[in-house]
Amino acid sequence: MDMNFSKEHLMARQLFHDFAVNEVEPWAEQTDEGHRFPKEIVGKMQELGFMGVPFPKEIGGQGCDTLAYVLLVEELAKVCATTAVIVSAHTSLAADAIAQFGNETQKEQFLRPLAEGKKLGSFALTEAEAGTDASGLNTKAIRDGDSWVINGTKVFITNAGQADIYVIFAMTDKTAGTRGISAFIIEKGTPGFSFGLPEKKMGIRGSSTCELIFEDCRIPLENLLGREGKGFGIAMATLDGGRIGIAAQALGIAEGAFEKTITYVKERKQFKTPIAKFQNTQFVLAQMKTEIEAARFLVYDAALKKDSGKPYSVEAAMAKLKCSQVASDVTRECVQLHGGYGYIQAFQVERMMRDAKITEIYEGTSEVMKMVISGSLLR
Amino acid sequence: MNIIVCIKQVPDTKEVRIDPVKGTLIRQGVPSIMNPDDKAALEAALRIKDGMGAKVIALSMGPLQADAVLREAMAMGADEGILVSDPQFGGADTWATSATLAAAITKLEYDLVLAGRQAIDGDTAQVGPEIAEHLGIPHISYAKELRIEGDEVIVKRQFEDRYQLLSAKMPVLVTALSELNQPRYMTPRGIFEAYREKQVTHWQRNDIPVESENIGLKGSPTRVIETNPKVMKAPGTKIEEDVEKSVQYLIEKLKEKYIL
Ligand SMILES: Cc1cc2nc3c(=O)[nH]c(=O)nc-3n(C[C@H](O)[C@@H](O)[C@@H](O)COP(=O)(O)OP(=O)(O)OC[C@H]3O[C@@H](n4cnc5c(N)ncnc54)[C@H](O)[C@@H]3O)c2cc1C
Ligand SMILES: Cc1cc2nc3c(=O)[nH]c(=O)nc-3n(C[C@H](O)[C@H](O)[C@H](O)COP(=O)(O)OP(=O)(O)OC[C@H]3O[C@@H](n4cnc5c(N)ncnc54)[C@H](O)[C@@H]3O)c2cc1C
Repeated sequence: MDMNFSKEHLMARQLFHDFAVNEVEPWAEQTDEGHRFPKEIVGKMQELGFMGVPFPKEIGGQGCDTLAYVLLVEELAKVCATTAVIVSAHTSLAADAIAQFGNETQKEQFLRPLAEGKKLGSFALTEAEAGTDASGLNTKAIRDGDSWVINGTKVFITNAGQADIYVIFAMTDKTAGTRGISAFIIEKGTPGFSFGLPEKKMGIRGSSTCELIFEDCRIPLENLLGREGKGFGIAMATLDGGRIGIAAQALGIAEGAFEKTITYVKERKQFKTPIAKFQNTQFVLAQMKTEIEAARFLVYDAALKKDSGKPYSVEAAMAKLKCSQVASDVTRECVQLHGGYGYIQAFQVERMMRDAKITEIYEGTSEVMKMVISGSLLR
Repeated sequence: MNIIVCIKQVPDTKEVRIDPVKGTLIRQGVPSIMNPDDKAALEAALRIKDGMGAKVIALSMGPLQADAVLREAMAMGADEGILVSDPQFGGADTWATSATLAAAITKLEYDLVLAGRQAIDGDTAQVGPEIAEHLGIPHISYAKELRIEGDEVIVKRQFEDRYQLLSAKMPVLVTALSELNQPRYMTPRGIFEAYREKQVTHWQRNDIPVESENIGLKGSPTRVIETNPKVMKAPGTKIEEDVEKSVQYLIEKLKEKYIL
């Protein structure tokens, strides 16, 4: 497909591709199998500026754009969905929330080290009783003298424990519903802030997912992100951008599995002929390729809209809805074309099928994407 | 200190297939890359820059699309890129290539000129040393280690079974083996700056002080009479190490030859 990419985007894609193949793919199986956070790879990405791709140079970023960031997440996800989500949660959730809603002091103090790759970020909205319905938050923040005192527990938080800087959401006024939610920045190591045990997951098993526990955790008043009571809007706006990252991750997973399958069907012989010669194989491949390209257009379009300052909330929702469906469908078909060899761990598609499912769930389920899209139609 | 790095854009021979009938390379649709030895030369220059400060200038002769390897060099950290490009330079053999590049270099200030040992397409390993001869400066080829001490460059020069430790006063030309180092990755920021904020300087025929009889196809004494796929095989190498070392060695050799 010719998107008329600029030469810099093409070269950046080549860089991300080379890095993914040389530095990430060799570790993907161990990352998954050992449920092991790929610290060394993250370290390398931090050094190379991969953790600050869309942010301005003035604040320590790489001075690129959302499209370049999408290409990064996509290339990483082709070989390792875990590595891709670490970058995505850090960049388009944690760091971007501060980039969009932080004041100058907060940007200097928190966004700069995130964008420079000196620190890792995480974003925590979900709670045990508040998943899709974020208005049900139970975590409370109470103003006490020169600090906020936070109490409550977040669940399923990506990069938890590994990250240094957390953007979290808590009720500052429980009676006000979503208007009572505020956003805060909290650093690891703050007294009263601890982590739960790691969750055992179906996929993206190398990424860290666990609870954030706040027990009388005191943070300075200045760590309020945006205005008091505006947290819900901050969460929703940040998730719009985050969904572009997850869409790119889903696209990458589908492409990765597809590439492995193309190789496999040409090699695997049954009835004395490569299985690629069967019309069913050919038609399944043709359908998959078409779905992948359609998904690709949606995610690149959402990224381009964000970069050009146009509204992109609906585009991001459509991109995530489509890309995550494609990721699940394509990886399942790829396993099918591998036969028994797809069900065992030998050819990576088994892992990719497990990894794909989460893209239909986090940062808003597919049902939520449909609510966002239909909401814009029936206003 | 000024360092000039000579960089050739070459077809990625990992992706090249041989026409089974004609025995020639099928270049169509093959991606172009920075010649691997030249990347090592550039990395060496960038390490000197990181360590003691230096200005690194990447220089290439080739068609306009060779612009890409110079942008890549800048995205890795080179300060400038110069592309020598003119239809009149086309079809150059090693004599004409080195005469043209040397003449371009005389327009610049330099302490050290670095080249790759060998280009993976032309494969002659002649251009580096020939540039030094045209410039009238010493050269050291096959560098597997390189460092600067005062006004001298100290080089470990690789042979099949041993090495020499040589030093030479600058200005000097050194040709790099890919074993010299592990080149760094570009950065996203470097890439965007290379395209959006920096320029590649273009030098055409009239910018280069070189005699017309030494350039392009007409200035090239070499004639390619026939190209044949290699039939002669060199005697094999026997690896007598423990399993781990042998495998390591084998993998390195296969990568070196672009088989892996
Ligand atoms: C099929 C074929 C056969 C050929 N046969 C011959 C032949 O037999 N004899 C002959 O003289 N020529 C021959 N040529 C031309 C030759 O390959 C050149 O293009 C050439 O002059 C460069 O030599 P090389 O590629 O061997 O480079 P090498 O000498 O192997 O390159 C060494 C180093 O010199 C530098 N360098 C080389 N070229 C450039 C450049 N354009 N810009 C910047 N730096 C550069 C790089 O640092 C490189 O690593 C042939 C070309 C083809 C296509
Ligand atoms: C691996 C992993 C990583 C995660 N990382 C993070 C993170 O970094 N930060 C963070 O804040 N959260 C994170 N989450 C949480 C994730 O965003 C939520 O799990 C998700 O939003 C769904 O919430 P829930 O699990 O409570 O499901 P529920 O909200 O209980 O949903 C259950 C089902 O009901 C459907 N449903 C709910 N409401 C409606 C409705 N009104 N209409 C129709 N259908 C509906 C849902 O679509 C879903 O199918 C992560 C989750 C996982 C598993």
